[in-house]
Amino acid sequence: MTPNHSTVTLPDPKSEEAVEPPVGRIPKMSARGVSVFYGDKQALKDVSIDIHEDRVTAFIGPSGCGKSTFLRCLNRMNDTIPSARVAGKIELDGEDITSSSMDVVQLRARVGMVFQKPNPFPKSIFENVAYGPRIHGLSSSRATLDAIVETSLKRAGLWDEVKDRLQESGTALSGGQQQRLCIARAIAVDPEVILMDEPCSALDPIATAKIEELIHELRGRYAIAIVTHNMQQAARVSQRTAFFHLGELVEYGKTSEIFTNPREQRTQDYITGRYG
Amino acid sequence: MQQTSGHTLKAFDEDIERLRALISQMGGLAEHAIGEAMRCLVQRDVEAAEQVVAEDKKLDVLEIETERRAVQLIALRAPMAADLRDVVAALKISGVVERIGDYAKNIAKRVPLIEGPAKIEPLSLLPEMARIATGMVHDVLDAFVERDADAAIRVCERDQAVDDFYDSIFRALLTHMMENPQTIGQSAHLLFVAKNLERVGDHATNIAEMVYYAATGQHMADRPGKSAK
Repeated sequence: MTPNHSTVTLPDPKSEEAVEPPVGRIPKMSARGVSVFYGDKQALKDVSIDIHEDRVTAFIGPSGCGKSTFLRCLNRMNDTIPSARVAGKIELDGEDITSSSMDVVQLRARVGMVFQKPNPFPKSIFENVAYGPRIHGLSSSRATLDAIVETSLKRAGLWDEVKDRLQESGTALSGGQQQRLCIARAIAVDPEVILMDEPCSALDPIATAKIEELIHELRGRYAIAIVTHNMQQAARVSQRTAFFHLGELVEYGKTSEIFTNPREQRTQDYITGRYG
Repeated sequence: MQQTSGHTLKAFDEDIERLRALISQMGGLAEHAIGEAMRCLVQRDVEAAEQVVAEDKKLDVLEIETERRAVQLIALRAPMAADLRDVVAALKISGVVERIGDYAKNIAKRVPLIEGPAKIEPLSLLPEMARIATGMVHDVLDAFVERDADAAIRVCERDQAVDDFYDSIFRALLTHMMENPQTIGQSAHLLFVAKNLERVGDHATNIAEMVYYAATGQHMADRPGKSAK
């Protein structure tokens, strides 16, 4: 039989995008016209983005572009900066999180955060993970608390390394382990969204690879948004990429397209290393 | 989308330019080889034809060098977007240009085999066919260097002329063979020469598609304004 082009079955170009939500599906988080001011200075200009569960969204851009500022809006971390003012609408499951009636503590349990520098509490590994569930009243007994700690550490890929020394101090772990402990701590309160602000920038390549693998594992269970300076990292871990520049959202699209065929000149210049 | 300026890291620009220069150099050699093989064919210059065959090795060496540099560039520079498409295109184009060189070699190898004083009429059509085919190779590699997607489209549009030449040479040679069975050997060789030139045109078209994708990020078949076949 002669090969006939019309009968050739190509792999579905969407297969890597298997998490593509049906059109019209309500996003996990939705930002509309978000602007942030630090005093008189506008740090973020009219940003609108949808963040879907089941996929990793990366925010990239040069320093001062507003990507971290935007990330911090998603669980109202900017509230902690007195001069910061946020305008626009941000919804979590259709609920406006910027409203004054929003319980911020509750919000941050639903939208967890992992920071650039691992910041375990100066307490035992067990306590680092158990603290959140305990104060949020998620555990009725010691047994459930134990189970939560174990599950969280397993999901964070740390269990096998620490199961025999749960009472040792969290700060005694290596940098990469500390960061995974912080991820376990975020997971322990059963969040819906995990925000990561340059989670690997203080880690060596092996620890970085472990965190990236972990992000890959966690995808699907939580909506994940990650800020990174490392474009290769954004390319490796995310399915959607947003490029910020000077406080503006320049381009937001599929990671595979942003890195092979960006639409905007500024994106192209940035990802190819042409910003002088 | 145009490349507005050089990379912040200047050595990256130099690497990419060196890769593009290699492709240009290969293109020049392949173009010259076809032209020279055709000249030898028409003038029955057996000695120079041997030279064309020998010089094909240069193209093989350059293809390997292009591959080595492209792989190195991907490993060391991690090119993205248009840069990445450029490097991938260079890698693919070098293979195609090497193949075009093989066709030139094949034509040159037939020069000593075409014996006999008889003048075969279709032979007069071949140089013009070769001129169009090599012109396509020349222009498509210029388009690559200039990242000119429109020029690449224009090259594709010329392939029809080469195909038409092939059809008419094929028919003429068939008639010639029927009428002069003693020249069948010669005619068969000329038929292969025509086929080789037709393939050169096809390869130039393939390169044009690669150039178009490298320059625009879009496949030529999907380009806006293209009527569906």
